[in-house]
Amino acid sequence: MTTIESPRAPARPAQRRGVNWEKWGWIYMRASGVVLIVLIFGHLFMNLMVGEGVKAIDFGFVGGKWAEPFWQWWDVLMLWLALIHGANGMRTLVNDYTNPGTVQKVLKGALFASAAVLIILGTLVVFTFEPCPAGAPADLLPSFCAA
Amino acid sequence: MSTAALEVKPVDTAIQSFTVTFLIRRFDPDIDTEPRWQDFDVEMYATDRVLDALHKIKWEQDGSLTFRRSCAHGICGSDAMRINGRNRLACKTLIKDLDISKPIYVEAIKGLPLEKDLIVDMEPFFASFRDVQPFLIANSKAEPGKERVQSVAERERFDDTTKCILCAACTSSCPVFWTDGQYFGPAAIVNAHRFIFDSRDDAASVRLDILNDKEGVWRCRTTFNCTEACPRGIEVTKAIAEVKQAIMRGKP
Repeated sequence: MTTIESPRAPARPAQRRGVNWEKWGWIYMRASGVVLIVLIFGHLFMNLMVGEGVKAIDFGFVGGKWAEPFWQWWDVLMLWLALIHGANGMRTLVNDYTNPGTVQKVLKGALFASAAVLIILGTLVVFTFEPCPAGAPADLLPSFCAA
Repeated sequence: MSTAALEVKPVDTAIQSFTVTFLIRRFDPDIDTEPRWQDFDVEMYATDRVLDALHKIKWEQDGSLTFRRSCAHGICGSDAMRINGRNRLACKTLIKDLDISKPIYVEAIKGLPLEKDLIVDMEPFFASFRDVQPFLIANSKAEPGKERVQSVAERERFDDTTKCILCAACTSSCPVFWTDGQYFGPAAIVNAHRFIFDSRDDAASVRLDILNDKEGVWRCRTTFNCTEACPRGIEVTKAIAEVKQAIMRGKP
């Protein structure tokens, strides 16, 4: 006589408690996407349409923007949200197109490293940007730096 | 004058039939190392179905052609196959709805191990189905001699997902399922949805935990292939989205 195994013993047990990164990753993609629409179109509007428009963009324009904490935070927020959004999207592509193994680990490691480096460097630049560094030779400084 | 009347051709009242070319992806594990395409010419009527063509081929031309079919009326879910690149039930696809000026391509559904011709191993598909516990788990006892009472609105909540016939057309049309076959797949989520939103069932949280897995609902990319493929017209992608919402809420 054959007995049928209890159907209530799942072959794939429910995952143990803890932070569910897949769930939060999914929510992050939606939330950051909505915020990025505002940030990116605001950025494009301010840079390309307001005032003189695209012709106004030069070293001084960027220096002026990053002298204000508002635009510093705007740009840093855009940098963090966009890079994590992009890297997480690439991670799902890696999940979809490679099999679990060394190659997948290397690709994900490379994605994490490149996103981390860009985020750290970008944040550093935005907050420490100094268009007229003290003690620099005068011929290297932009024209608007009063001696 | 009288000879002219005799020359009038008799009106052809017979129903028009056409010669339709079928290109079928054959695979015989005893002979072939790779699947191969074989063409068959079949005389068909516009109201015939692709399943009738497969029958004609098997009965009149090549008895070795292998495919599954049981009821042949779109309810048993045996004969899902890829017809002209789309997952369809062969018994619900009429010749008149296909472009017969070109050959009609018929192959097995993708993403599941090919066994022979149009037959795939459905076991991985049913394994995911079993994993979501697709049966009523109720803590309460019904009144003796009575059924569990449910309002019309409560029944309506999960009506769409009760229509599933487990034909695997949705799961085998899903590009995420094609990649490594680890994803639960739309069909398993649809059948979990059917019980998660059932007011008589008490194990919604168990199923939501199971589908909150790395290979669960979060792998869905909302490409809508499943909704497009479903021969029962279930709004599969919508059902998956509702399960996602339920997981985020923590309850149905």
